[in-house]
Amino acid sequence: MNQEQEPEVREVQEFRRLLDNEAEDFGYHLNPDVDFTEDLARGLIVNERRYGYRSCPCRLASGEEEEDQDIVCPCDYRDPDLEEFGACYCALYVSEDVLKGKKELGPVPERRPSLDERAKKRDTLAGSDISATPSAELSHPVWRCKVCGYLCARDEPPGICPICKAKRDRFERFI
Amino acid sequence: MAMEHVKGEDRGNVVLYALSTCVWCKKTKELLKNLGVDYSYVYVDLLKGKAREDTVEEVKRHNVKCTFPTVIINNEKCIVGYKETELKEALSR
Repeated sequence: MNQEQEPEVREVQEFRRLLDNEAEDFGYHLNPDVDFTEDLARGLIVNERRYGYRSCPCRLASGEEEEDQDIVCPCDYRDPDLEEFGACYCALYVSEDVLKGKKELGPVPERRPSLDERAKKRDTLAGSDISATPSAELSHPVWRCKVCGYLCARDEPPGICPICKAKRDRFERFI
Repeated sequence: MAMEHVKGEDRGNVVLYALSTCVWCKKTKELLKNLGVDYSYVYVDLLKGKAREDTVEEVKRHNVKCTFPTVIINNEKCIVGYKETELKEALSR
């Protein structure tokens, strides 16, 4: 049943290095445990091949990109988890304190709302009329990156977040 | 894939619900192996159709958020996540 080809060691190593370089460039840190992060990098490659997007290896993907958008790595929950627990849910990313050994890495509880809670939130959002908010007084709408919180005022969200490199589909209308 | 069985010492009915891509699930499997426990495991991400739906419902019954790893002991005790001390305590004699 599992006919997926296991990613090659070199591919995994290169991908981990890429993630590491990207993280450092943007002020984030990969977990210093190389074996551990290579396992995660392998999981990300497998998921990208299986689903067509880099879903979190430690979460059950639905296979529907729209449904799983919030858990495409880096997930919407990484930054608050780094802040509160010193690591993201799968511990691919760690905070500076954890990296420097000032803080111990513990288990990170799941911050993602359950399927039912997510459905409820979507219904609420669909029912709210954002055009009724004070944006009428602004010259441009404000867009928020759901991964890092970056805000920008322009007609459309940027193609790629200039701060964390998340793609356009991770932006939400903020004001 | 169906439920796989790993032979070992009987410490009750131990079932591990895991994801094939998850490192914490892998660590849990290694811990169970080191403890020499008799257990069954299933990779939920590799299940399809009804088998997957039924398994997800079973996990949710014990762990509403349906996160992995989830270890169920004797169909009642549920340990969510790689909790080394808790697992050792629950599965040691």
